Amino acid sequence: MAHKIRVQRAAFDQGDELTKFSARNASSGAICSFTGQMRDFNGPDKKSSETITTMELEYYPGMAERELAELVAQAQQRWGIDDVCIIHRFGNLTPTEAIVFVATASAHRAEAFAACEFLMDWLKTKAPFWKKETGPSGTTWVAAQSSDEDRAKRWENN
Amino acid sequence: MNILYFAWLRERIGVGAETLSPPAAVETVTQLMDWLSQRSAGHAAAFADRKLIRIAVDQVHSNPATRIIGAKEIAFFPPVTGG
Repeated sequence: MAHKIRVQRAAFDQGDELTKFSARNASSGAICSFTGQMRDFNGPDKKSSETITTMELEYYPGMAERELAELVAQAQQRWGIDDVCIIHRFGNLTPTEAIVFVATASAHRAEAFAACEFLMDWLKTKAPFWKKETGPSGTTWVAAQSSDEDRAKRWENN
Repeated sequence: MNILYFAWLRERIGVGAETLSPPAAVETVTQLMDWLSQRSAGHAAAFADRKLIRIAVDQVHSNPATRIIGAKEIAFFPPVTGG
């Protein structure tokens, strides 16, 4: 199975990436993609939160790429997917910039949807990246969410 | 052995990487954390709450009981928050 994994500092255009991904998968009837973008507030809801102006993403070079490749291999074992693209940023970001892009291609939609969701759920709990947010009261490391662990665990029995 | 620190562990310790040779009695990740904690006040602060620490041995997710004999690279970091 084809796949492409990129961990990069440079911003990217998720629309362009999706167009390229679709173009190289002419035999796939289903293309599913997810974009995680930087939002302009922290916390569970906007009312009780602070405005976030910038974010810095730190990562573990070597292990991050390796972990993403392992996730792709797991997805490939579970579903018949033709292609996967994962792009993850590091460095400094501002609101609305894409943090992560995951695209999957398969013959029909069920497998593309499932593989894309699985990849994101596992990426959130396994890929070694850390977010640091800056707002009016300073800079803080983002805490991991137990809801992300719960979402990742759903796949263990499936 | 290369020891790597990320995010707030790196900030508390003051460096992102150290090359160290722990004594032979240090056989597990837990024992390594105990040994590292004695290196400085920053190390002690970083390793104070072990529940918040995740571990990779040679770039594979591991746990405090993982044996480190022969390992080349051990990383300590908070729970991941990418995506």
